Amino acid sequence: MKRIAVLSAVIFFSAAASAQQAPPAEPKKDVPATQSSVAASEETRMKTLEDQVRTLAEQVTLLRGELKAMRDARSVEPRSEEPILLTAAHVAPGILAPSAPAAVPASPEPALPQATQTQIFGGASSNAKLLNPDISLIGDFIGAAGRNNVSPSPSLELHESEVGLQAIIDPYARADAFISFGETGVNVEEAYVTFTSLPAGLLLKVGKMRAEFGKVNTIHNHALSFIDRPLVTNNLVGGEDGIDDAGFSLSRFLPAPKDWFFQGTAQVFRGDSDDLFQARRRQDLSVVGHLRAYRDLSESTNLDLGVSYARGHNNAGVGTTFDPSRFLTNLYSVDATLRWKPLRRAIYHSFLFRNEFFWSARDQVSPATVFQTEHAFGLYSDAEYRANRRWTIGGRFDRSGHAANANLTDTGFSAILTYWPSEFSQIRGQYRFGHLADPVTTNYSNANEFLFQFLFVMGAHGAHPF
Amino acid sequence: MQRTTTHTRINRVSALAAAFLLVLALAVPSAGRAESKLQIMTATTDLASLAQEVGGDKVDVESIARGYQDPHFVEAKPSFLLKLRRADLLIVVGLELEIGWLPPLITQSTNPKIQVGAPGYLDASRFAKILEIPTGQVTRAEGDVHPLGNPHYWLDPENGLRIAKGIQNKLSEMRPIDSAYFAQRYDSFEQRLKQADQRWLADMKPYAGRKIVTYHRSWPNFAEHFGLNVIGYVEPRPGIPPSPQHTVELIAQMKRDGVKLIIVEPYFDLKTPNSVARQTGGQVVVLTPSVGGEKEITDYFKLFDYDIAKLKQAFDTVH
Repeated sequence: MKRIAVLSAVIFFSAAASAQQAPPAEPKKDVPATQSSVAASEETRMKTLEDQVRTLAEQVTLLRGELKAMRDARSVEPRSEEPILLTAAHVAPGILAPSAPAAVPASPEPALPQATQTQIFGGASSNAKLLNPDISLIGDFIGAAGRNNVSPSPSLELHESEVGLQAIIDPYARADAFISFGETGVNVEEAYVTFTSLPAGLLLKVGKMRAEFGKVNTIHNHALSFIDRPLVTNNLVGGEDGIDDAGFSLSRFLPAPKDWFFQGTAQVFRGDSDDLFQARRRQDLSVVGHLRAYRDLSESTNLDLGVSYARGHNNAGVGTTFDPSRFLTNLYSVDATLRWKPLRRAIYHSFLFRNEFFWSARDQVSPATVFQTEHAFGLYSDAEYRANRRWTIGGRFDRSGHAANANLTDTGFSAILTYWPSEFSQIRGQYRFGHLADPVTTNYSNANEFLFQFLFVMGAHGAHPF
Repeated sequence: MQRTTTHTRINRVSALAAAFLLVLALAVPSAGRAESKLQIMTATTDLASLAQEVGGDKVDVESIARGYQDPHFVEAKPSFLLKLRRADLLIVVGLELEIGWLPPLITQSTNPKIQVGAPGYLDASRFAKILEIPTGQVTRAEGDVHPLGNPHYWLDPENGLRIAKGIQNKLSEMRPIDSAYFAQRYDSFEQRLKQADQRWLADMKPYAGRKIVTYHRSWPNFAEHFGLNVIGYVEPRPGIPPSPQHTVELIAQMKRDGVKLIIVEPYFDLKTPNSVARQTGGQVVVLTPSVGGEKEITDYFKLFDYDIAKLKQAFDTVH
């Protein structure tokens, strides 16, 4: 930092010096021809000045070379006092062919070419930003064609642009924020602080976050295996955002038999998640509990199991003769994931098979105005296979009742093909069939759709959730 | 009546939640076990080998990544969390090599000792000579570039020694009582490595200046130390899979420069390298950049023994 500042100063002064020397050249044009001797002496003075500038420039280059060498030397042995170079490394000149790179580490590198001057300034300013959080933006562009009378999506949309800001806050905590700009507005998808240094192995998260309810609920849109979320998410778990609320999350590893990993998570939220949970009063908090069991079956295969529970108030009682605070929704889920990824070919082949089963018990008023609990079930089962470094194929089966009317059951399946130009972009095409019920008319209709998606990542790419 | 029911329900919910929390908090006796050995986790096997050299029988060392695995793409499996939770020291390669998988493991490990910046977090790149630090504008048009420099720096025995020194200092700081032991272990390692390095350099001397092609940019430190000249890569850009156009260009370049050797890491597909080798009359040689890349490579010494033997053999066949 200091070195760069010094360097910048040197360059600035040399630039300033040359700038100051330029003006005397201007009056030369106005000098009459009769005063040619004066002009000549002026010219010699100019020459000397130019020479001086040149010498200065050379000195600057030299200085820069020295600085670079110093920096290199320091990066070589930052901490140790005594030199720990290998004796054998000090190859006498002539031992190696001239084209071979020198094995002596701290050899000063040749001075940088002229063009890098601006880069040094850039380096200095970016150093000043070192404490900025890691910033990323993920663009999610979706197109749809075909027919869907029940839940049509637009032909083309920038579905969301998710800005991620992540940083270590202090020695005890880190924070993650994901703000998504969608078609309908801006939404803080998640923003929470994680306390990493609590006693007793506790991990505390505070803020707004996706609840630890099953698997698909925790995954951001851009990280899904498919372009859309399964039907059951929309029907039973509150729509695209799922259970995503402000609150606390506390988790801890639990004692487990050998080779197993158990983790328990308990979360308390305000109780507002789309139309799934609604808190009319302060005490209408929602709770989520999750137990995870994981085991490596071999070094390339593993099994991931989970059970989840969520409970919160719904708005079914609002506007009825019943006490609205009686109306609760209880959600249960069981998930099982099998993964296979051979370590030697991890970037070429992998397989994932995921199943989730949901049960919703929703208090509501029946058409005959009787207080009742509607029990609806739903599941999805998907598989994803990476065929090579650039192509992934997948399929999903969907079936789900409607939370408010379990007699209506939607069924669907999807097939998806993903192309990865690099790690930082994806192009996908998905065929989706649905036999869907209209919740108002209770009529069924078939939906045949082709969806496509372009995903792109800018900036620091955070780790993918496992 | 209704009110009472609601209250009972809410109370039940809170009771349930409280009970759950209590169970969570009390289920495991807090980690107060008296471990006589320092528990060290490393990101890669090479760091594990170096830590073992210095730590001897005063430490237990385990690596997260395997030697035959691409260290850029390791899965953040929960099973690693159990190991990280007990670690006293975590040694990482740094330079964003592990950016895709290590940060969530560290966060979720619930181990304050190994959080970034804590005394039990050691970034080995601080001690090493780093090559290929990009200057000027850094964009992903260059592929998956590492803005802080090439993270495959352990493939230079001099860096190995520097990292070992760094580990020695760290271990002595954590266990002052054993500092003499660690110093003696380091001295022995230094002596053996210098001897071995003399042998390796002598082995490689006849091939000094030879031009080679590598799959990924894993070998700049190795090439610099042993006097090899890497003139091209099978990948068009780091992390970008081979493209037909780039492969054609590479073949032309190899023919022009008379390059016969293509070095491939064990975790890359051999199809493109093999086809390039066929068309240039060259040879593909699978060298492992890490300890454990092959069964017999059990430590840092054997890593160079193996790679240099294979390289020698390959040079002798193609020329």
